[in-house]
This record gives sequence, C-alpha cells and structure tokens, in this order.
Amino acid sequence: MARAPHPQEVHAPVWWWRARFRRPASPGDWVFQTIALLAALSLVGLLVAMTLYLLNAAWPAVTRFGLGFLTSSTWDPVQEVFGALPAVYGTLLTSAIAMLVAIPVSLGVAIFLAELAPPWLRAPASFLVEMLAAIPSVVLGLWGLFVMVPVIRDPVERWLGSSLGFLPLFQGPPFGVGFLAGGLILAIMALPIITAVARDTLAAVPSSQREAMLALGATRWEAISRAVLPYARSGIVAAGILGLGRALGETMAVTMVIGNGYQVTARLFAPGNTMASKIATEFNEASGDLYIGSLVELALVLFAITLMVNVVGRLLVRWTVAKARVGGQ
Amino acid sequence: MVMQEERTMEPQTTPGPATRGIVVQKLNAWYGPLQALRDVSLTILPNRVTSVIGPSGCGKSTFIRCLNRMHEVVPGARVQGKVLLDGEDIYAPGVDPVRVRRRVGMVFQRPNPFPTMSVFDNVAAGLRLNGLRRPGQMSDAVERALQQAALWDEVKDKLKQSGSALSGGQQQRLCIARALAVQPEVLLMDEPCSALDPVATSRIEDLVRALKERYTIVIVTHNMQQAARVSDMTAFLLMGDDRAGELIEYGQTRQMFTNPRDERTEAYITGRFG
Repeated sequence: MARAPHPQEVHAPVWWWRARFRRPASPGDWVFQTIALLAALSLVGLLVAMTLYLLNAAWPAVTRFGLGFLTSSTWDPVQEVFGALPAVYGTLLTSAIAMLVAIPVSLGVAIFLAELAPPWLRAPASFLVEMLAAIPSVVLGLWGLFVMVPVIRDPVERWLGSSLGFLPLFQGPPFGVGFLAGGLILAIMALPIITAVARDTLAAVPSSQREAMLALGATRWEAISRAVLPYARSGIVAAGILGLGRALGETMAVTMVIGNGYQVTARLFAPGNTMASKIATEFNEASGDLYIGSLVELALVLFAITLMVNVVGRLLVRWTVAKARVGGQ
Repeated sequence: MVMQEERTMEPQTTPGPATRGIVVQKLNAWYGPLQALRDVSLTILPNRVTSVIGPSGCGKSTFIRCLNRMHEVVPGARVQGKVLLDGEDIYAPGVDPVRVRRRVGMVFQRPNPFPTMSVFDNVAAGLRLNGLRRPGQMSDAVERALQQAALWDEVKDKLKQSGSALSGGQQQRLCIARALAVQPEVLLMDEPCSALDPVATSRIEDLVRALKERYTIVIVTHNMQQAARVSDMTAFLLMGDDRAGELIEYGQTRQMFTNPRDERTEAYITGRFG
C-alpha cells in the first residue's frame, strides 16, 4: 500500500548528512563518524575498483567476441578462439545437481536437529555438521578424487547406466570424474551452510505454532510439515540460496573432480568444467591479452551470475516474508 | 433459585454424570525434577464451564495441559495419575495422545493462527488432519465452526485473507473456531483473554457462555471477575511449600465467591495476595 512520504524522507540523505556532520555534537563523535563513513565507503570503492579492473582486463575478449562469447563452445588457445558456453553450462549443471542433493538432505538434518533429536545429541551433532564447513576445499577435493570418484565410477555410475541408461543423463562411459562427481562434491560443501541456516530458522519457530497443530490432533510429523515448515519457509529459501551461492563460486574441490573436459552435454558422467575451475586450471599458463581477457571475462560472467542469484534470493525472501504478513499489523 | 432452574434443564443436555465429563484422580505432574502439581482430584461436569483460578505459577496451565496430554509435549515433562474422559483413562497404556487431542480441543493464551494459511485454511486445518477431503463438506464445516465462534459475519468476505490480518480478538475467535471445527467434546482455554482488550474479552466471555450448551469447557483465568462471570464451577489452586500446585477448594462458583470454605480461598478472592 502506497502512502504519502514524510517530507523528511524525501530529503533523507541531505537531512541525514546535516544531522551528523554540520554541527558535530562533540569532536570525538565527529572523528568516529568520519572514520566509520570512510570505512563504509572504502568497501564500495573496492567493489567498484575490482569491477573496473576486471572489465579492463577482459576488454580485448569483450570487443573481439561480443555476445558470441556466451554462445560459443570452442576454447582454442592456439587459434585464439574462445567461447564460454560449456563453462557456464558446467557451473549451472553442477550447482543444480548439488542443490538437488543438498537441499533435501540438509532439510532432513535440520528437522532432526531442531525438532526430533534428544537434547543431549543436539549440540554435538550440530557441531559435527558445522565442522564439515571447516574442511579446507583442497582437502575435500583430494578425498573426492581418491575416495569418492572410484565409488562413483563403480558401482554408482555403472548401476545408473545399466538401470536408467535409457535416459540421456545416464548414458556414456562411466569416467568417475565429471559433472556428477563435481555436483556431489558441491553438495557436500553446501550442506553445512544450508543445514545451519535451516536449523536456526526452524528453532526460531514459536512453540505456540507447533502446539496449535498438536492440540488439533496432529502427529509429530503433521505438526512439523503443516505448521513448522510453512512458518519457516522464507528462512529455508534463504538457506537454499546461500548454499547455491557457495556452490556457484566454489573452485578447488570441483576442479579436482570434474575431469577438465569442455563440452555441453546432458551426460552427467562426462568430464566437464565450471567457470571457476576453468579459470583455476588455465590462469597460470595463459599468455596473450586475448587468452587472459577471455579468462577474466569468464570471471565477470561468474560474478554477474552470483550477483543475480543473490539479488533474486533476497527478493524472494522479502516477498515470502511480506506475503506471510499480508495486511499485517 | 437460579441454580434450581438450571437443574431442571439438566436432564435434556446431560445423560448422566458417571459417563460424561472428566474425572481427575490423584493427578501429579512434573517438569524434570520440579513437581508442578500434587494429588489433584476433581470431577469436571459436562456442559458446564469450569474455571481454574489461582496465583501465577500455581499450576493452572499445567493442570489443563494434562487434560489433553499436551503437558508431555514439553521435554522432560511427565504425569502420574488418572484422567477419565467419559470413563476412559487417557493415560492408560496404549492410548494415543493424538486421538485424545482430537476429542479435547485447546485454545491458547496468545492467539496463534497459522500465519501462512488463510482464514478458511486455519479453520480447516484440523479437519484436514482428520482426512476430510470433499470440498462441499469442508466449507460447510468451516462455516459452522466460524458461526459457533461468532466470527462468521465478520470474516465471511475475507475467508481467503491471511489469518494474521485479523484483529487480536478476531484471531482468538478464529483459534476457537479452529478448535471447534473438529467437533471436540471438551474445550480447554488457557487464559484466552489475557492478550485482549476489554471489548474483545467480553465477546469471548459471551461466546464461552453460549458454547457450554454443546461443549464441556475448562477455562484458566487469572481474572477472578471473569471466573465469576462465566463459570458454573471453580477450582482454586495454590502452591504448596515445595512450589507444587495443590487443589485447595473446588465447588460451585457462586458459593465459592460468596462463602468460601477455606480461609486461603477467601484471602485470595478478596485480594489479600496473588
């Protein structure tokens, strides 16, 4: 509902500035406020400077390939022809696999921790889940390569290929390393953050909501699924978005298990690359403005996608919260 | 005189005191190591309003939460004793608390509608738990419940709006409608007016008086005038030396407020403590 803005709001920045800086209440306050303001501005400045630097470094590739950079699948340093589509596709595909696996598992763990676990088990179990986030990416990648990938090759991919092989997703030779392995390692990395945020959201649901449903004759599961989860849904969406943000940008562990291919294919067993892993693999040996520029442009695209995901996520959270309070007090 | 008139009406609404109503025998309740209730025994009459009064922390809420097995929802809480609902012990082994709660509805201290559901869905929530699916039956049942809760006229044009868009008093009546929709035998009310203004309070009190025609009502209140206004029977609880609640006196509200048997009851209702 639109309402007439208060005059003070129209000139809010001006008013704010005057209130704080024209007539300082005390010199100490003025110094402190100025330092805080400069710190805040420097953060914005850093972001702008970084974007400008990236744009500048990417410029040779931007002018050479234009929008075709996003639709081309060729990556040929010898001929100096570069296209980003397989890397963009790899990032989106592995993140989708990660979310498909991580969100249900995390939600299950969060429900267990917040609603079902006996009190003595809650703290240690939560601690263990959070410790998962503390494992360095490269360590997880090493584990993925030497432990997870062999298991994925056989039996996981062999079994999927023989029983669900009629789907394009599960065709082709079981390499072990590839999109599936990349997606699963990302799922493991996104799990702690999604679990932690979802658990906190569930724990914040007032017990009156739970009791209202129980008092109507609901079982424990009905109380959770019909009262607690709907109440917490915006927080659960936020948890998923945070996990997605983590998955999109994650580099080291994915690089180690994704197999360094470069193709757009529905076959999940095939080796691929994400934008982040492509940059990490090739930045060291890149030479020439165009090659470097193409890698930096890849970084810019990744930056834009994560920015978009975050904005959409925040809007989604705000929208669901607003909807829950339709005409609220 | 008034009591006699009520007596003559009794046979039409009450088949017999032995089968219907709630008989509480030697009820004890704990929160972990702390005893909250000790040896409470009383008989709650069907189609009457029974109020439970007493100072803060005397176990009023714990007592009524024991009547629909909500007490045990709190971690570490446990109960000992018997609560016979129509002659059947709800704490007997093998009794499913979920089935007990479908027969004994509850209204809480603060209005707690489900904020993600519409007015309609709030009232329908309990019916859906019971597996009612046919849309026609559902809307009839929702309308009936809202009418019983004296809310239908105010919300019939906004059934699709969020339940939390209503005023506090309307929200509480929505919660009453939600509890009534599943057609319980008993309605427990835990200080249902403590978060409401005087006008909304008086509407809920009118409602309570009207609802006893069809339901057995137990209402916890910290407001003695309210107990005097709405209830037929009153139970007075008080903390013992170890802070466990004990039943001091139980009787007809009129008699209790004019001529209490126990001097502690008299001290409490005349406002000397609590």
